[in-house]
Amino acid sequence: MQTSVAPAPQPRTEQIILFRVSGQTLAISSASVQEVRSVDNIAGMAQDLPDSTIRKVRHSIRRGDRTLYIVNAALHFGLQPQPASLVFFLRRTRAALLVDGIEKMTTMSRLQALSLAFQGEERNWYRGLTTIDQVVVPVVQPEGFLSLSELTLLEAAQLAADTRAIAEQTSGAQIQ
Amino acid sequence: MTTAPIQTTESAQSFVLLRLAERRFALPAWQVAELVAPSRIFRFPHKSPAIEGVILRRGRIIAITDISERLNGRKLTTRRFFLLATRRFGAQLDWIAVPVSGECELVTTDMMESSANDSPHVAGWLSHAGEVIEVLRLSVLTPGPPDVSASVMSRTYAETLP
Repeated sequence: MQTSVAPAPQPRTEQIILFRVSGQTLAISSASVQEVRSVDNIAGMAQDLPDSTIRKVRHSIRRGDRTLYIVNAALHFGLQPQPASLVFFLRRTRAALLVDGIEKMTTMSRLQALSLAFQGEERNWYRGLTTIDQVVVPVVQPEGFLSLSELTLLEAAQLAADTRAIAEQTSGAQIQ
Repeated sequence: MTTAPIQTTESAQSFVLLRLAERRFALPAWQVAELVAPSRIFRFPHKSPAIEGVILRRGRIIAITDISERLNGRKLTTRRFFLLATRRFGAQLDWIAVPVSGECELVTTDMMESSANDSPHVAGWLSHAGEVIEVLRLSVLTPGPPDVSASVMSRTYAETLP
């Protein structure tokens, strides 16, 4: 009689990107990052949002038919901002993330929920904590970068910026 | 300590005595998991001022909070160990690491229930080796879900009111 040995269940893993923000290492699921671009690369495409009341968002960018708001990750996490070099375009959110750099891509096999002792905004910021090479790394929640109320304010700032741009174009056309 | 009439539990329980600077406090032994040497503290951005960071112990990530400031009015200057304890919030068990400044001791004794005059963080009192020691209610002393902590505190007051 042949006995079939069931293969041992593989631990569930998730591919993550370790990135730096003002000296802190954070992780994000690779699946939630659609594209990574350098800041220089998008400089010409970003639109200023002078009316933005959200300190961490000063620019937006058009991607197809959507407007994404560029979130300064350092300001989002309450850190001292440093010159950012990369932008993560995130899937299924209206946020693009300004970060200092990528450390590496790796795999996590365990995500521990944030302790109930954490009771601040961090509960929205992080999906949980993981350990990579015996170092604890928070795993960010892509949906946590912009709240619904922040998005509403940003849409108003975007509308004002668009209106101003159209007015400038129109006045430029009349002068010609 | 209060002069109000006090009740004594019927059977002796086990407690862990811990030292925070010059004072000793107690925790029910069932709440205490381990006493470990201070290890690397990992810090990351957050907005919970009472949390100092986290430590990694046997694959578990545990938040650290110094309860000495609330109990003694100042943070611990000497940390000899981290006391790893658990707190229960509803059905959830949550771990916390508390820095302590000396060895801990396991004692079995009767606990006198706290009274309405006691602070919400006092679960009861022990008399041990000529000392009267507060038994701490960790879920009140350490940060946790606001609704649960508040309900625990108000329930405690309500239960102890005459």
